[in-house]
Amino acid sequence: MKNTEQAIITIDDAIVQADNLSLFYGEAQALFDISFAIPRHQVTALIGPSGCGKSTFIRCINRMNDLIDGLRITGSIKLDDRNIFDRAVDVIDLRRRVGMVFQKSNPFTKSIYENVIFGMRIAGINEKPILDETVEKSLRRAALWNEVKDRLHESAMGLSGGQMQRLCIARAIAVSPEIILMDEPCSALDPRSTAHIEDLIRDLNGEYTIIIVTHNMQQASRISDYTAFLYEGELIEFGPTNRVFTVPVKKATEDYITGRFG
Amino acid sequence: MLKKILKNKYWQDGEPFVWATGAALTLILVLTFALLFVIVKNGIAVYWPADLVHFEMEDGSAYLGEVVQTTDDEQAGIRHQVKIGNRDLYPLDFKWLTEAHIQQKTAPREAVLLERSAYGNFYGYLAGLELPSLEVPATDNPWARFKSALAALGPGLEELQDIQAELSTLNAQVERLDGKIAKLVYHDKEADPQMAALQRRKESLSQEFQAHVSRYEVRERDLMANTALFEDAGGRQQTIALMSVIRAYRPNDMSPVAKTGIYLRKVWELFTAEPRESNTEGGLFPAIFGTIMLIFIMSILSFPLGVLAGIYLREYAREGLLVRLVRIAVNNLAGIPSIVYGIFGLAFFVYGIGSSIDQLFFPEQLPTPTFGTGGILWASLTLGLLTVPVVIVATEEALGAIPSGLRESSFALGSTKLQTLTRILLPMASPGILTGFILAMARAAGEVAPLMITGVVKLAPALPLDATFPFLHLDRKFMHLGFHIYDIGFQSPNVEAAKPMVFVTTLLLLAIVITMTSSAIVLRSRMKKKFAITND
Ligand SMILES: Nc1ncnc2c1ncn2[C@@H]1O[C@H](COP(=O)(O)OP(=O)(O)O)[C@@H](O)[C@H]1O
Ligand SMILES: [Mg+2]
Repeated sequence: MKNTEQAIITIDDAIVQADNLSLFYGEAQALFDISFAIPRHQVTALIGPSGCGKSTFIRCINRMNDLIDGLRITGSIKLDDRNIFDRAVDVIDLRRRVGMVFQKSNPFTKSIYENVIFGMRIAGINEKPILDETVEKSLRRAALWNEVKDRLHESAMGLSGGQMQRLCIARAIAVSPEIILMDEPCSALDPRSTAHIEDLIRDLNGEYTIIIVTHNMQQASRISDYTAFLYEGELIEFGPTNRVFTVPVKKATEDYITGRFG
Repeated sequence: MLKKILKNKYWQDGEPFVWATGAALTLILVLTFALLFVIVKNGIAVYWPADLVHFEMEDGSAYLGEVVQTTDDEQAGIRHQVKIGNRDLYPLDFKWLTEAHIQQKTAPREAVLLERSAYGNFYGYLAGLELPSLEVPATDNPWARFKSALAALGPGLEELQDIQAELSTLNAQVERLDGKIAKLVYHDKEADPQMAALQRRKESLSQEFQAHVSRYEVRERDLMANTALFEDAGGRQQTIALMSVIRAYRPNDMSPVAKTGIYLRKVWELFTAEPRESNTEGGLFPAIFGTIMLIFIMSILSFPLGVLAGIYLREYAREGLLVRLVRIAVNNLAGIPSIVYGIFGLAFFVYGIGSSIDQLFFPEQLPTPTFGTGGILWASLTLGLLTVPVVIVATEEALGAIPSGLRESSFALGSTKLQTLTRILLPMASPGILTGFILAMARAAGEVAPLMITGVVKLAPALPLDATFPFLHLDRKFMHLGFHIYDIGFQSPNVEAAKPMVFVTTLLLLAIVITMTSSAIVLRSRMKKKFAITND
């Protein structure tokens, strides 16, 4: 049956709005004219074959790409109606509002406690009661509290891979961001830890806006409310996860989801 | 044929290669330990009071001294090298005695070893005492009386030292006055009322100085009159002023405990006293002090500079041709022979900057240079220049080894570049940077060549740090253990007598380097434990 709906739907309560976003690494263009809105307090999954620009896209949202030499961006990304590429935008401020969890968990070589409050310390918050409270709250939120509450002041290097990744999530949560970007947070983890993180993401849903990159179709369908499919730097399809996975509009989406390539 | 051998399984498994690696390591270890063994063995025994042997020869002559070494060769037979000292009596203080010509060897209990402030050791027998200005009760034991006389000399010697201290204070004051007067003269203000005041002050100081000098001379003559009469092995008599005796003991009559006491006292003297007898006797304090201070100033100057440069190269400079060229240049700097740095230091620091400082700030002293001559500051700067590449490279590599994910995580949490650097990167890089420090310090401690033209001397009149204003005298020349080894080992008029000191100095230099590096290594391993990344 041929689906006649729009390939890229519009969103009423959007938190992030990309408009004609193109990105160039020097001469090579990595993103082509991407326009879509990301809904507030929902989980949005970015899927697509590797090299299609998923990481590039989410790293635009907290301007992580700023560090790259020779990078050029046209178009805009609005966060609550404000273009984040605007000169007047304070990157530090933006990154406090948009947290990020990376593919490879990378806790700092500090204690578990200091890892969680790193964002607060650099923001100049040093009052012990506040820090203590934040640590407990964030670790509980990241479903790690019970496992580490007795060794908060031991090095984070003693944790397992899955615990480290949850610690990184706690670290991101601790500065109370509005959006959490996750770039393949489970790809380096074993199935049990993956399940743990997925539970956690479902749990955080509704409170934070989560944008997660994954190459695991089942994962995307399990945890996300909306799904965006990128292919060779272009946004092919964006809609509710249910619909994208069951009745995709575009042929390319269908091919990818059914595993015909990628 | 060769091909066949090489195709052999034995070769292909790489067994010979494993053997070669093992052999290489073994060779290096053996050489290192052999070197250490020779130095430690020779250095550590120097201060142990050896037994004195009295030799009666066939020809009627007799010698008393310490056997330094015994050789056995086919032509000459067994021969002993004996240190017979008594430089005031004999032309040489070492003598080779052939075993075959020795009639009798004894170790008399009453044989005395005198360490003296001049003419080296005296080996002989106590024959009499002359004590005009000391109150020492007569006993029937002359050795005991001699020892109490030495002890009774103490207050007098202290008094002399006090006068000397006052003299050097006065001297420093006069020098400062001279500086002020020279300044007025330089500015053509000879008529200034200040000038007259200064002159008057100088006059009174000089008078005071003279008074002290005469007091010193009187007291010294007084003490010098107390003498002991000694006989050498052959019965020749020698009068020795008690004042010139630093230590007197009878090694053949001493228990191991008493010998240990002497040993410890001499080691203590080594660390705390000034050298005597053109550096072949006495302590090494100024050289130890100079060496440590040199490395210290060098570290203060070069380490922060190197770390900052390394941080800039790795974290701030944009990767490109220029940065690559700079990196190559820095790496090559580490390979330039140290004497070239010395020459550069002399030309740039001493003649360039030093002379300019003199012209700007000390014109009245010219032509006598203040900073325009070698000194500890210039030597430290030269060494700093020499070690800074090592620190830069270590810093760069330590920073480069940190996974970029940690940088990104830190940025993603809203930290600035500086915060990331100080809170994440530098702590993690610190073990690597410390390794650079260790290498740099070890290299600096061992360098002698560049120092020889930038300010080291064989005997410095004063330390670069002392109690006279302005306390830290960076323009002063200094002594250094490495140069000391070269100087006493190869430049001394009496090489044989200086040999023990060469070993002791080498041992000490090694000990300082090893102490510094091992404490840095301990620190590094602690930091490593703290900042190691584990991934499972
Ligand atoms: N720092 C960079 N410099 C140049 N090209 C890059 C850089 N990062 C990514 N790319 C290129 O951009 C494209 C998209 O990469 P990426 O966003 O990492 O893909 P994905 O995360 O979907 O696998 C790829 O072709 C990749 O080679
Ligand atoms: Mg990616």
